[in-house]
Amino acid sequence: MSADLSAHGASITLKGLTKRYGDATAVDAIDLEARPGEFLTLLGPSGSGKTTTLNMIAGFVDVTEGELLIDDKPVHSLPPYKRNIGMVFQHYALFPHMSVADNVAYPLHQRKVAKAERQRLVAEALKTVGLAHLGHRRPAQLSGGQQQRVALARAMVYSPRVLLMDEPLGALDKKLRDTLQLEIKRIHAELGTTFVYVTHDQDEALVLSDRIAVFNDGRIEQIGTATDLYERPSTVFVAQFLGESSLFHGEAISSGGGYGVHSPGGTLRAQRGNASSGEPAALVVRPERIRLVPTDGAEPTADNAVRGRVRQEIYLGNSRKLAIDLPDGSQVLVRESAGDISASRPGDDVWLTFRAEHAAVLSTGPSTTAPTTNLGVH
Amino acid sequence: MAVIDALTQSTRPGVGAGRAAPSERWGRLALLAPSIILLIGVFVVPLAIMLVRTFTDPHPGLENLTWYLGDATQRRVLVRTFTTAAKVTAVCLLLGYPYAYAMVAAGPKLRAVLTLLVLVPFWTSLMVRTFAWVILLQDNGPIQRALAGIGLDNLHLIRSNVGVIIGMSQILLPFLVMPLYAVMSTIDRRLVLASSSLGARPITSFFRVWLPLSLPGIGAGSLMVFISSLGFYVTPALLGSPSDALVSQQIYTQVSGLLQWGRAGAMGLVLLVATFAILAVLMLSIRRAARRQTRQAEDATS
Repeated sequence: MSADLSAHGASITLKGLTKRYGDATAVDAIDLEARPGEFLTLLGPSGSGKTTTLNMIAGFVDVTEGELLIDDKPVHSLPPYKRNIGMVFQHYALFPHMSVADNVAYPLHQRKVAKAERQRLVAEALKTVGLAHLGHRRPAQLSGGQQQRVALARAMVYSPRVLLMDEPLGALDKKLRDTLQLEIKRIHAELGTTFVYVTHDQDEALVLSDRIAVFNDGRIEQIGTATDLYERPSTVFVAQFLGESSLFHGEAISSGGGYGVHSPGGTLRAQRGNASSGEPAALVVRPERIRLVPTDGAEPTADNAVRGRVRQEIYLGNSRKLAIDLPDGSQVLVRESAGDISASRPGDDVWLTFRAEHAAVLSTGPSTTAPTTNLGVH
Repeated sequence: MAVIDALTQSTRPGVGAGRAAPSERWGRLALLAPSIILLIGVFVVPLAIMLVRTFTDPHPGLENLTWYLGDATQRRVLVRTFTTAAKVTAVCLLLGYPYAYAMVAAGPKLRAVLTLLVLVPFWTSLMVRTFAWVILLQDNGPIQRALAGIGLDNLHLIRSNVGVIIGMSQILLPFLVMPLYAVMSTIDRRLVLASSSLGARPITSFFRVWLPLSLPGIGAGSLMVFISSLGFYVTPALLGSPSDALVSQQIYTQVSGLLQWGRAGAMGLVLLVATFAILAVLMLSIRRAARRQTRQAEDATS
């Protein structure tokens, strides 16, 4: 192991990476690349394979098939202690029998860093996470947030070129999470290390990441920036997991260069899509892109107009959310921001209108079962 | 048991037991009352009688103690008793530590089997197990013949200190494995993963993380084995020879053969005091080590 203290990040490349436990496939032939210095988030529900992927990168879990490269060098046969990767665990994993300073000095001891240099690096790392004064304490004497800062200091004190984080904020309360998110972002910018961050929290992913890989059922649904994923989701799963979506189910059609869907409410059009003609599909549109028009006038002249009835309203301060029943019995969401609230009330019949450029027709193949719409506040 | 509490606590500074409200303290005392009464009846009172007899039987004075401490043979037996106990403890640790670790690392099914393998002998009568060892270890017995087969001729296992250690270790092993397993199963195994991710080889992870965290189990288990070994009678009597007898056998001889209750009392008293002295030294050194560790940590940051 070389004491490589250069600060820039390494690239991580996964090619067809697969992990099987007996008959169960936890990670199914994923391809993924983290660019040097990038903040890449693996986002997905529990059991989607994101943590297993992280553990394969760390070396805690053997690779069943595929390639795992760090800086284009294969590492799958290296034990964790030879990979020179930093890791932050959800439950901190601080050594309870050592002081905070000894915890942070631990990786430096393993790298045979001389005492004076060791003390300097420990002090610097503790200062970076704002705990310079607590080095003599035991981990048990610190709060959860402080413990996670120590874990962070310990994982970065030896300037690894890759830092892995497994839901590091999962055990903390909301307010502390928000503060630490900003700190993690700042530290990432300071270090230039490649971060791979696992979370099931979409807000956290949006705040932190350069790019997000959305995991579902052992596969990657989509990789992209937060804007890519939110504005241009390529699967129904991504559209529903990241933010809220309104879905109009039907049969895909192709129409004059654009996409469309035959739904019970009529034919709807979209500029984008990936469903081929004839297959079951859903037209996906973000709730804030839908406008409500009263039904007492003429049919509105929009790209798309669907009849519905307001079932329920939720007031959220800066916006309000409406659940609308469609004639086929399904439900969609509409969000109106505070400056732009329509007169529609529960029980009213309304036109839902939206433009084709805000919609996409996505295949609802066998793997992407659409969960029911709910009004839960995130 | 206070000894064990002190030992386990001193290795984990910072985790205090907490002080209870007065009413709660009385409540706890009430829960302890039956065992306290029992201990007084079957332990404190006989101990007191023994003490009194040490200084009065057959004549008032220190003659029993001066006899015991002045007799070179008896001193040799006392030393042999302590070294035998230390050897038994060492053998139990060497066998029990990996075994307890295997129990923690194993899956639920294997763990159940391993637990059963520890407990079945534990549930078997001490006499039965000792006689089993007599058969196994006797001259021309299966073990001696097997050893002769690989070129180790004329090894006398029975009626020797080696035989005593083998038998006592097997009998006392559960007393070490069970507390050690209890402590090890509370160690967060992710700490070892963390250590590995930080660049520590498996052997370093073991010595710097796993071993220190399992120390309370080592302390509790070793004390149980060591102290039990000091008073063992049946096994050394059957597997050992009169020429390397232990204190318990000498006490038996004094009481049942020579009816010298006072001398037996003196022997018991010396054994008790020596045991406490060793415990005290052990605990003090552990405390000091813990304090030194904390001070070093403070020096490192100041």
